[in-house]
Amino acid sequence: MSGFAKPLKIALGLAVIAALIVVPMNFNRYGLFILSQWAVMAIAAMGLNLTLGYAGQVSLAQGAFVGIGAYAAAIMTTHGWPLPAAIVVAIALSFAVGWVLGYPALRVQHHYLAFVTLAFSTLAFLVFRNESWLTGGIYGISNIPRPHIFGIATNKPLPFYYVCLGSLAIVSLAVWWLIRSPWGRAFMALRENPLRAQSLGIDTRRYTLMAFAIGSALGGVAGALYAPLTQYIDPVPFNLSLSLDLLMMVIVGGAGFFLGPFLGAMIAVLLPEWLRFTEGYYLMLYAIAVMGLLIWSPTGILGILDRYLAERRTKAASALRAVAKSRLETVQ
Amino acid sequence: MSAVLEVTDIKKNFGGISAVGGVSFDVREGEILGLIGPNGCGKSTLFNCILGQLTPSGGEVKLDGKIVTGLRPAELNKLGVSRTFQLLQVFPKLSVRENLILAGQEHQGSMASRLVGRSDAGLTGAANQMIGFFKLDHLADEPAGGLSYGQQKLLDAAMAFMGGPRLVLLDEPAGGVNPSMLTDLKERLVAINREKNATFVVIEHNMEFVMSLCSRVMVMAEGKVLAMGRPDEVRKNPAVIEAYLGH
Repeated sequence: MSGFAKPLKIALGLAVIAALIVVPMNFNRYGLFILSQWAVMAIAAMGLNLTLGYAGQVSLAQGAFVGIGAYAAAIMTTHGWPLPAAIVVAIALSFAVGWVLGYPALRVQHHYLAFVTLAFSTLAFLVFRNESWLTGGIYGISNIPRPHIFGIATNKPLPFYYVCLGSLAIVSLAVWWLIRSPWGRAFMALRENPLRAQSLGIDTRRYTLMAFAIGSALGGVAGALYAPLTQYIDPVPFNLSLSLDLLMMVIVGGAGFFLGPFLGAMIAVLLPEWLRFTEGYYLMLYAIAVMGLLIWSPTGILGILDRYLAERRTKAASALRAVAKSRLETVQ
Repeated sequence: MSAVLEVTDIKKNFGGISAVGGVSFDVREGEILGLIGPNGCGKSTLFNCILGQLTPSGGEVKLDGKIVTGLRPAELNKLGVSRTFQLLQVFPKLSVRENLILAGQEHQGSMASRLVGRSDAGLTGAANQMIGFFKLDHLADEPAGGLSYGQQKLLDAAMAFMGGPRLVLLDEPAGGVNPSMLTDLKERLVAINREKNATFVVIEHNMEFVMSLCSRVMVMAEGKVLAMGRPDEVRKNPAVIEAYLGH
């Protein structure tokens, strides 16, 4: 991405952030709901991007962790606990469960790992549905309260949108820090060449477990925001199709790119809304668009940008070499 | 001189086939030991058994007198045993400098300290020094995957030295490297061996390279040690000549 000048990138980033704060002020209830949903799904997708995009561990269970976080928050806040406490519990719970789910990844990889995590996803769904003493079963949990943040009630859609957006900002900064740290480098080493990584002293076991645990914990954060957003949860939104949706967000946005999940979540959450005018055809158009994109660029939308910039750099470098060569020749 | 590495009766079977059939040798502190033999004689398998990448079917490996058989590669690496690979094993998407930082980062501090600490783990200086030492300066910011084969080989070797290892096992460092770069590589290896007192074991098919680099040479054939000695002794050994030239 070094093709863009740094000040330009910063200005662009600030403009997007300002737009996300200012523009929704005029949105109606539904528009704010969709945008809040985008922020929540972007958090969950960022978690999966860490596990899958950076550390290379396939997971079809991210939706289950959103469910774990959502139920933790719903149960706690309906019993009078404040949302921040519920978020902490959601993080701890999904971190611990994610850590345990990481163990199979030490033995199996790729589609075998996908099947193990898929089985876990189904298991989690069955727990949400059948353990009615805790989760309310198929009737779910209703009247989930929205929090008071610094004494301000967030019952209305706009303040709660800012809660989601603020959480997204905090998570983004944390993930940015993580992937720039030596841990991020070790995750990439895990993805690119685990054999070589081991011979360089990288404890691949512990980093694999960490990749699962941290990615899952972010799924939990997303869930803990999802519950007060919808104010009613039942098991259905957390079935396998949410895991598949999140996987698609990561792949379509660009796995292993920091901004991938933001784009992917935007497409998955907003595009169906924009295509609503096509009525019955929107899912079809959506499916065709995704297939077309992945044929054109298997590395997602950011993969296209990355390739373009890499090409430009190569051209610039070879032009420089040609100039240097011709100078050398004129000297001779 | 004391032995850094003592290998006793290492065996490795794959199913019914014996790839390494009871190999014993020791590596003295500060020496460069060559390991030669025809293709398929078990050299790389022996390396993998020593380094914990394969579990030996029998035998024992001692590092500085302590048994290290069965330790995982990452644990051995932290004890100061490093390696290079026969086939290219750099991280193609990371830059040359990032590859080197990665190669050194796990050798300092705890895992937690690496999460909160600096992005480069304080290794940019050491990485740049290594880049200069291997004359890769103009390529420092290039993705490693874009380098030529020989340059990637140099980087692979440089990575093995980032953690300041005591013992380095090099698997065909000269394979596919052009002759002018080969002289460079040999100079670098000799310099690190002398200055840092690092001990090397080198698998190599390039006889001239081995004979001029190593103080002792071990010859393997069909999973066993055929001969061990100074390069000039080994070169004259009739059993070695027969193993290489056949009847």
